[in-house]
Amino acid sequence: MKKRLDLLFQIASLMTLVIALTALGALVWDIISDGASRLSLSFLTNIASRNAAEAGVYHALMGSIWVIALTGALALPIGVAAAIYLEEYGTRSRMARFIELNISNLAAVPSIIYGLLGLGLFVRLMGMGQSVMAGAATLALLALPVVILSTREALRTVPNTIREGSYALGATKWQTIWHQVLPMATPGVLTGLILALSRAIGETAPLITIGALTYIPFAPDTVWSKFTVLPIQVFNWVSRPQAEFKTNAAAGILVLLVLLLSMNAVAIVVRDRHQRQGRA
Amino acid sequence: MTGATRTVPSLSGVVARGGQPPASLDTPVKIDVDRLNFYYGEKRALDGISIQIRTNLVTAFIGPSGCGKSTFLRTLNRMNDIIPGTRVEGKVEIDGEAVYGSNLDVVALRRRVGMVFQKSNPFPKSIFENIAYGLRINGLTRTKAEMAERVEESLRQAAIWEEVKDRLHDSALALSGGQQQRLCIARALAIRPEILLMDEPASALDPIATQRIEELIYDLKKNYTIVIVTHNMQQAARVSDLTAFFWLGRLVEFDRTDKIFTAPAEKLTEDYVTGRCG
Repeated sequence: MKKRLDLLFQIASLMTLVIALTALGALVWDIISDGASRLSLSFLTNIASRNAAEAGVYHALMGSIWVIALTGALALPIGVAAAIYLEEYGTRSRMARFIELNISNLAAVPSIIYGLLGLGLFVRLMGMGQSVMAGAATLALLALPVVILSTREALRTVPNTIREGSYALGATKWQTIWHQVLPMATPGVLTGLILALSRAIGETAPLITIGALTYIPFAPDTVWSKFTVLPIQVFNWVSRPQAEFKTNAAAGILVLLVLLLSMNAVAIVVRDRHQRQGRA
Repeated sequence: MTGATRTVPSLSGVVARGGQPPASLDTPVKIDVDRLNFYYGEKRALDGISIQIRTNLVTAFIGPSGCGKSTFLRTLNRMNDIIPGTRVEGKVEIDGEAVYGSNLDVVALRRRVGMVFQKSNPFPKSIFENIAYGLRINGLTRTKAEMAERVEESLRQAAIWEEVKDRLHDSALALSGGQQQRLCIARALAIRPEILLMDEPASALDPIATQRIEELIYDLKKNYTIVIVTHNMQQAARVSDLTAFFWLGRLVEFDRTDKIFTAPAEKLTEDYVTGRCG
């Protein structure tokens, strides 16, 4: 009886996995069959156009890369610093526990709320306008909770014996964190960062809220440039009545997917190199 | 346990009872502990410990698990500071300086009082970097050559140089357990402490690796004051000059090692060293 239950559970787990993977596979297959024929070098280098056959994603792709790079550059140091404070300095205090609870809550807030905050705070109050900077700052807010939570998790996996070993040699707390704890936590931190950025790169709502444009005749050249991003371009194409633009949208999604997967690949390489350094 | 502290035998008391100690054991006092209490939250883990650790001798702490010997060892370099909710009462002085004094620099203290842990804890870096770390953070070397020299010197002192000299830049984690522990000893020696605290340094090692550590301790006492916590009574008998027996957070007896093992003054000590209790 026990054995049969075990087998039953195994089959049930397998089934759910199959269902999830099939759904994903069908989705990807549908997009590939729609958009793959449209993919070409000129699709990447052409700019948006009223003519579906000539339209490309160049400005949107550049916009996405600018925004996501800047988002990472903002979210990583702030998120790691916040996690270090919570985990290494303030774990016991009431304030820290209050902040901790709220960070977990923030991770679940709908992204449009961040868009509204970004519009009020960065675009208007701080006068950043509808710039790459404002978009990245908004997405950084969105990414921060995930970065903080995963960094804390990574810091927690560093054994205390390492901290003690460092203190015993006359290291200060900061030296211990900087030279021993953080390097050991790096793989976990990077995984969290990539997860957060992967979510951010697909976001449309907050960027539309802060006023990212759906059509733009240039690629960003500074952080103060106006911009558009791939999801917005796709959203724009999907909302057109012509079938050709639907094909463009599918191809745009494929570009976004490849960008996402290459980001993940980079993160995995960096992480593995770090882990090897520890051992080798 | 009551809050009252009680007088425990110190070496001077012991001397009075046992006659003059051999001249070699009558070295200057390095660490002077007077009526030390230690608390984990509300729980009292150490109760009125008074002991004098002498220069260039090996002092062993023995006693059953949970008797407080490791906790006491960690009060000597304030390693317990990093555990939240702990509290210390009483006096610990090293060379007359109050270890728990309000203006004591804990970082400077730990530079003088090195520590080797029960479980070897090399950093996940190269062998060289493990030793260089302490030198670097304390700014003890000025040139690369000087650094390399100090690293070699420390590895030689810890009797591991010959085994690692050709792979200094390989990961320390690739070493065997015994080698890792000697690396940790080398790491502690690199910053030239005056005192070396060892918390069951050989408990996870095989007999051969244990023997090497013990020989090392014997060599090191020429230059260092060593305090070693051990579960292994043969080990205490082999390596130490003086032995302190702890029981339930109290120091029961402190005397010359040969006396503790052959003619202890306390019944409890005798029962423990003969294996009748604990």
